[in-house]
Amino acid sequence: MEQKWVVFQLEENSYGIDVQSVRSIERLIPITRIPNAASFVKGVINLRGVVTPVIDLRARLGFEMIEETEETRIIIATLEHGDAGFIVDRANEVVESSDVRIEPLSEQKQEDASYLTAVAKGEHQLFSLIEPNRLFEDIVHA
Amino acid sequence: MDLNEYVGLFLDESMEHLQAINTSLLDFEQRMDDEAVIDQIFRSAHTLKGMAGTMGYDAIADLTHEMESALDLVRSKKQPATAELIDVLFVAAEQLETMVEDISRGGKGKLDVAETVNRLKRFIQPNDVQTATVVPEVAQQNFECDVYSKAVVQQSIAAGYQAYVLSIELSADVILKAARVYMVFDRLQSLGDVILSNPTSDDLEQEHFDTSFEILFVTQSEQKTIQEAVETVSEVANVTIVPFETMPEAEVAISTLQPEPATVDVPKTETSVNETLDTTAPVASKTIRVNLERIDRLMNLFEEFIIDRGRLERIAAEVSSPELTDTVERIKRGTNELQSLVLTLRMMPIEQVFNRFPRMVRSVSKDVGKHIKLHITGAETELDRTVIDEIGDPLVHLIRNAIDHGIENKADRILAGKPVEGNLSLRAYHSGNRVFIEIEDDGAGINHERVTRIAIEKGLITEEEATQLTIEEASMLLFAPGFSTAETVTDLSGRGVGLDVVKSKIESLGGEVFVETRRGEGTIFRISLPLTLSIISAMLVELGTETYAIPLTAIIETTSLRSSSILQAHREKVFDFRGQLVPLISLNEVYGLPQHDADAYSVVVVRSGEKLAGLVVSELIGQQEIVMKPLGSYLEGIRAISGATILGDGQVALIIDSNALLRK
Repeated sequence: MEQKWVVFQLEENSYGIDVQSVRSIERLIPITRIPNAASFVKGVINLRGVVTPVIDLRARLGFEMIEETEETRIIIATLEHGDAGFIVDRANEVVESSDVRIEPLSEQKQEDASYLTAVAKGEHQLFSLIEPNRLFEDIVHA
Repeated sequence: MDLNEYVGLFLDESMEHLQAINTSLLDFEQRMDDEAVIDQIFRSAHTLKGMAGTMGYDAIADLTHEMESALDLVRSKKQPATAELIDVLFVAAEQLETMVEDISRGGKGKLDVAETVNRLKRFIQPNDVQTATVVPEVAQQNFECDVYSKAVVQQSIAAGYQAYVLSIELSADVILKAARVYMVFDRLQSLGDVILSNPTSDDLEQEHFDTSFEILFVTQSEQKTIQEAVETVSEVANVTIVPFETMPEAEVAISTLQPEPATVDVPKTETSVNETLDTTAPVASKTIRVNLERIDRLMNLFEEFIIDRGRLERIAAEVSSPELTDTVERIKRGTNELQSLVLTLRMMPIEQVFNRFPRMVRSVSKDVGKHIKLHITGAETELDRTVIDEIGDPLVHLIRNAIDHGIENKADRILAGKPVEGNLSLRAYHSGNRVFIEIEDDGAGINHERVTRIAIEKGLITEEEATQLTIEEASMLLFAPGFSTAETVTDLSGRGVGLDVVKSKIESLGGEVFVETRRGEGTIFRISLPLTLSIISAMLVELGTETYAIPLTAIIETTSLRSSSILQAHREKVFDFRGQLVPLISLNEVYGLPQHDADAYSVVVVRSGEKLAGLVVSELIGQQEIVMKPLGSYLEGIRAISGATILGDGQVALIIDSNALLRK
C-alpha cells in the first residue's frame, strides 16, 4: 500500500510522520504559555478559532534549544485526543513509500526512543518514522 | 420521508403525556374524587393509545387501552376509585415509561404487560375477567389478528361500523415503498381506523415486504370511497376490498360484552385520531423542534462573530474615526441583543428533570418505610440544555441520599418531637449569572463527628487535620472519594458509588456543590451551576507580559493596595477588606512568573462560596465579553486554569479558575 510521510528536521536529523495524521503545517504564530505544564509544552495557539496545544519537539526529544528561524514550522497532527502541534526546525518535503525501504529500529534505539517506529532509507535520504501520539503523553502530569 | 422523524415526534409527545400522567396520579392519590385529575390521566392515556396504535407499539396500546377503560368507569362514576387501582396505575405508568425509554434507545418498546393488564381488567370486570379474552379466540376470520384487535373490530361492528380487509398491490417497479405505504395509511385514516396490517406497520416502514400488503380497516365510509381513495395513490397497482368475516359465535359473545362499559370505546377510537390532529396542530404553530446540532452550529458561528467584533472594536479605537466608532457601537448593541437571544435558544426549563422526582420520592420512601412529602418550587427555571441533560443523575443521587440518610425513620421522628411526615424540598432559582438547585430535608442533619470519624478510619484525613475542620468542611467529606456512611446498606444509596461521583459530575458542568446542615433540623445540599456555558463577562488582567481573564461572576471588586497595608499571618499574606482579614494570592507566583516588589498593588477581590481572596495582578485591562473555549483533553487538569479565550487580536488568553485558587 502506498504511504506518504511529511519529512521534517531537527538539527541534521530527519523524521517522518504519516501524512494521514497531519492536519496542517503552520508558520510560527504567537503562542500563549501554559503555566505549570511540562517543560516541553510551549503553550496554546489560536488555530482558526480552536485553542490548540503546541509542544517544542526539540525540548521533548532532548535537543538543545535554539532561536526560531524563518524556517521554523508547527506541524499540526490529528491525534487520539484531538489536534495538537509540535515545533520543528524545517518541514518542506513529502516522501512516498515507493522511494524508500523500511527497516526496523535497532534494539538500542527502540529502548531509547519509544516514539520511533522504524527507519526509512532511500537513495538520498534517511529518516526515522515517528509515532506522534507518544510525543503527547503526560504533557500535564510529567 | 424519514420515518425516524415520526419516532422522534412520538417520543417527545409520549414523554409529555407520561409526565402528565405521573403528575396527575400523585394528585389523584391525594384527591380520589377530583374529576379534573381523572380526566387528565384519561386523556393522556387515550392520546398515548392512539399514537402507540398508529406506530405499532402494541404493548403500549394494550396497556393504555385498559387504563383508559378503568378510568372511564371512575370518570362516569360507575365504580369508585380504589387504592388497588391507584397502585396498578402507578405500575402501568412505570411500565409505559420503560417501554418509551426502550423505544428511545432504538428498541421495539416490548414488555410483558399481561399482569398489569389483568389487574386493570379485574378492576373493570371484577367478576368475569375471562370473557373478553376467550371470546375472540373462537372467531374465525380472513385476516390474522390478535385478540385485542379482534375485540376492537367486533366492538366497532356492534357500533355500526364496517370492517374490511384491503389487499393492496404496489406496482412491481415501485421506488418509494415506505412512502407509498404511508400515503395509503394517511388516506385511510381520514376515512376510518386502520386496526392492523400484515406485515406489521414496523415492517412496512422498514420496507420489509415484497409489493403487496393487507390492512384491516374499520370505517363508516362506502367500500367504493375507500377503493377510490387508495387507488389514487401513485404506484398502487391494485386494490381489492372484502368485508372482514367473523364467525356467528363471536357475534353472540360480543352482545354479552356490549353492556359492559368498556365497549363505549369505539366512537372514541375515531375521535382519538381527530384529537391527536387537533391538539398537535396549534402546538406546531407555536413551537418548532430544531435539531440541537443546528443550534450548536449557530452558536459556534456566533462565537466567531463575537471574536471579530472584539477585533473591530480595537481597530475602531486605534483609528478613532467617529463614523467607524458609531457603526461599531451599533454593531455592538445589535450583537448584544442577538447574543442573549442565541443563548436562550439552548435554554430549557428544569421542569423536565424535576418531573420524574415526585414518583421517585413516592416509591423510594415507600420502599424504606418513611412518609415523605416532596415540595417543588422553581421548576420553570431555565438552564442550558447540556446541563439539563447531565444534571438528572446527580439530583437522583442527592434525593435518594436525603430520603435514605437525611430524613429519620418514623420512630426517630416521633422521639425527636417532629411530625411523622418528613419534608423534602427541591428548589431551583436564578441568582446573578448562576442557577441554584437546592435539596433540603428536615431530617436529623449531618452528624459531622461521625463523618469525621469515618473519614479518619478510611484514611481520608488525619486526626490532626480533623481537629481543624469546620462543620461545613466536615460535612463536605461526604463528597470525598470512597466515602459511604450507610450503616445498613440498602439498594438505594450506600452502594459505595458515593457522592464523589455527584461532585465531579457537577464540577464538570462548571458547577459547585455546598452543604449546609443543622443538627436535628435538617440539611441543604446546594448546587450552583453556570447559566450558560460559553460566553461570559470577564475582567482582563495583565501578569507581567501575559494576559489572563477572570470571570466577572467571581469578582467582588478591584482595588489598589499599598504595600504597607499588607499583613503577615501564618506565613501567609493577608489584608484588611471591609473589616475582614483576607488572604492575598500572588498570581505571578501561582503561574510561575517573576515577582516584583512595589509600593502599591492592583488587587482583584474574588469569592468562592464563603471564602474571599485578593489576587495580585500587574495591571487591570478592563471588562470584556469572552468566549470560553476548552483547553482540550491534552491540557486537562492544568492547575487553576479553567479554559481559554481568543482575544480581539487573535491571541489566546487563559481563564483563571478562582474557585480552584481559593480551594487549595
